[in-house]
Amino acid sequence: MATASRPLAASAPLSEAAARPVRQALSRDDLVMRAGLVLVALWLAISIVLPVWALLEKAFEGSEGEFVGLAHFEAYLASPALSISLRNSILVAGLSTVICVTLAFGYAWALTRTCIPAKGLFKALAAVPILAPSLLPAIALVYLFGNQGLARWALLGHSIYGPIGIVIGEVFWTFPHALIIVTTALATADARLYEAAAALKASRARIFWTVTLPGARYGLVSATFVVFTLVITDFGVPKVIGGSFNVLAVDVYKQVVGQQNFQMGAVVGLVLLLPALLSFAVDRLAQRRQAALLTARAVPLEPKADPLVDRLALSFCSLVAAAILVILGTAIFASLATYWPYDLTPSFRNYDFDNMDGGGWESYRNSLEMASLTALFGTAIVFTGAWLVEKTRRFAAIRGLVQLLALLPLAIPGLVLGLGYIFFFVEPDNPFHFLYGSMAILVVCTIVHFYSVAHLTAVTALKQLDPEFESVSASLKVPLWRTFCRVTVPVCLPAILDIALYLFVNAMTTVSAVVFLYSPRTQLASIAVLNMDDAGDIAPAAAMAVMIFLTSAMVRGLYGLATRGLLASAQAWRRR
Amino acid sequence: MEAQAGAVGPAAPFLRIRGLGKRFGGFTALERVDLEIGLGEFVAFLGPSGCGKTTLLRAICGLDPPSEGTVEQGGRDVTGLPVSARDFGIVFQSYALFPNLTIRANVGYGLAATGRPKAEIARRVDELLELVGLTDQAEKHPAQLSGGQQQRVALARALALRPALLLLDEPLSALDARVRARLRGEIRDLQRRLGITTIMVTHDQEEALTMADRIVVMNHGRIEQVGTPDEVYARPATAFVADFIGRMNFLEGRLLAADRVEVDGAELLFEPPLELGPGARVTVCLRPEDVVVREVDRRPANRLGAVVGVMEFIGNHFQTTLHVPGTGLDISADLSINAVRDLGIGPGRTISICLPPDRLRVFPEPPRPS
Repeated sequence: MATASRPLAASAPLSEAAARPVRQALSRDDLVMRAGLVLVALWLAISIVLPVWALLEKAFEGSEGEFVGLAHFEAYLASPALSISLRNSILVAGLSTVICVTLAFGYAWALTRTCIPAKGLFKALAAVPILAPSLLPAIALVYLFGNQGLARWALLGHSIYGPIGIVIGEVFWTFPHALIIVTTALATADARLYEAAAALKASRARIFWTVTLPGARYGLVSATFVVFTLVITDFGVPKVIGGSFNVLAVDVYKQVVGQQNFQMGAVVGLVLLLPALLSFAVDRLAQRRQAALLTARAVPLEPKADPLVDRLALSFCSLVAAAILVILGTAIFASLATYWPYDLTPSFRNYDFDNMDGGGWESYRNSLEMASLTALFGTAIVFTGAWLVEKTRRFAAIRGLVQLLALLPLAIPGLVLGLGYIFFFVEPDNPFHFLYGSMAILVVCTIVHFYSVAHLTAVTALKQLDPEFESVSASLKVPLWRTFCRVTVPVCLPAILDIALYLFVNAMTTVSAVVFLYSPRTQLASIAVLNMDDAGDIAPAAAMAVMIFLTSAMVRGLYGLATRGLLASAQAWRRR
Repeated sequence: MEAQAGAVGPAAPFLRIRGLGKRFGGFTALERVDLEIGLGEFVAFLGPSGCGKTTLLRAICGLDPPSEGTVEQGGRDVTGLPVSARDFGIVFQSYALFPNLTIRANVGYGLAATGRPKAEIARRVDELLELVGLTDQAEKHPAQLSGGQQQRVALARALALRPALLLLDEPLSALDARVRARLRGEIRDLQRRLGITTIMVTHDQEEALTMADRIVVMNHGRIEQVGTPDEVYARPATAFVADFIGRMNFLEGRLLAADRVEVDGAELLFEPPLELGPGARVTVCLRPEDVVVREVDRRPANRLGAVVGVMEFIGNHFQTTLHVPGTGLDISADLSINAVRDLGIGPGRTISICLPPDRLRVFPEPPRPS
């Protein structure tokens, strides 16, 4: 030990010598990553910011491109059409939200807090609506309760065309979205709170009102806003089943596609942006609070069996699941019926798309191509972008910017995005004008439309990695791209497949953004549903909607097999 | 050790750190740190959490570059170099092993990127696995290994490129106590065998005392003391070091003369003298094990009578509190088992004790309320 008392100790005068600020030279990794991050920022600027900006501009522009201030807004406010549409939109959105969130809460509660059997099956059934375009429930409702409907009597003389049909269709279509949020909120329960409440001799009802509900309140708030925004900006359901009951989302479509009045379409689009922005802000806030509710020391709650409650919960879930199955089954049944309602013998007559208006099988092939390209490029861009945001050293301003831009699409309804794309890309002097009317613009728009959720999934997966992987690589002089390919991507493979599936399914079912952007060459299946329904070919529309559902369901099934089989062997290291 | 020490000239330290500072906004994480580390030396950065020890380590290797100051490694200024242009291996607290790669691929990760022939890489990996005693685990994945084994994989991976500097960031704190004690010795042996200059960050004083050639004690972004384990333990330079390392009696006193202090009514001599005016408030420190109870007659200075309080049996010694009658002085003392047996010490007995003047440490500041 004596050896170490050499005169190597700290010596005070040295510090006078060196006090200049340090600038660390950038390594090649740093340069590559920064360049990549700048590219991602540019991509997001071109694909999100500029189109939305173009929409904003258009709302304040006259037909000759001159600035007219608020003139369009005044004209629109003055027209009685707006106040009626606005009132209608708020009415159906409000009603749908209350019903949907209530049902979703009951269903989620049964799944997380009771001992009902077949929870996996109930979860799978509840996810069915996500695999179909919003047009499918609307068409099914026409068959069930329309003028020639099977169960028309059940409406007691009321018409399905109007608010009743819209609300039922929207509840069906938004149910899985609300269910995911509420289930997450209910799943993060701390068993200790319930034990404490029971020890204090609180009744079941009191525990429900004082522990269960407050614990899920942020999830409920979040679900409420998400559903409200989805409904108020959706135009698939009201377009098919709304009849003469006007809502804002359909107004945009009519102004732009029907009357070619782009300025007015932009104005209504901006009106739709408001609830979406509000919902975005509330959702972000609620999620932050929700995360804080569950501390690391919380004990997960194990539901206890209670025959009466379990039986009630099972009946409730069965009813909801049956309703979903009836709507889906009606669409399938109607698509197979030879001539509704006179000749119900099954045939594939309605699947003979090539002999009908709406784009034929070509549109289905286009959809497959579009969804595959979206999944492929979208996943690559989203994951690489998220990795660059998370792992680039310093460079905080650009990283913050990209993070912000990546979340922006969450606040922009598809209709608004689609309109913005027209205004931006239609300009002949725009260097990207050549994209207009191509498959590429559909892919770009769809990737951007669903960018935020995919980005958040990627960020969550990346945050679970050891933050020192990159430090280790650098100290071993291994270029970061190598570590990205050999470690980061393989370890994040489950999340990457999740993102690909999410993008594929949404690209198959989406209508709202792409409806403004398709050309005769790039007709899509979901749009074919809309157009065939418009032309009165309701059965073929149902058939195409069923095709979309089957494709999504099949890809989802493949994904399930992949994660269980293929992935399991490639990811053997996860097992201990 | 002797041979190594001979090779290190004070004129040419391997690592020379000057005026190193790090600020985050208004917060100063490191303040003008100066330090020199010799070739082959094992240095531990020791301090409570948030003292800046990890910040200093990351500033030295460039993972989080400092705001100011310079770092020279092997005579070359490396302050502004990116991490990949430097020469060091690092083991993190989490080990950061790549979970999807085998142990062999993990250890050879840096080698594979150098483009060396496969056979040469395989040979080197075998050598490293043998070095850390994991030859039979080569084809497993990290999750299949115990914590201690994972730690050794991380060590082998850090050593693969034969770096001149090895950095260990809390390398043992994720392990349970028994494994930790065993690995302490293994890492120390390995370091001596390879003669590699090593810096270890730790908050565990026992780890620092048993493993390091020299200890750098840090607090609030500053170095409090640099010294051998012996020096730091026996002659703490500041009250913080005295408090942080080992157990210590902290007594409030008033100087009577340069070498004489009054503590709670008792007058004590100490050395070396402290050049402060009489009446200055000071802190008097004494380790419990430095209280002398044998052959007290032969020590004239600081001889006191004391009443023995409650005695706690700790295993290899007794812990007790001694009260000096006629004063307010209460001292914690550790008494060896054979002293207790030989002298017949028991609770309530009065015994003679001596507080050796050269064992009293007096710091020119009043004790902090704890």
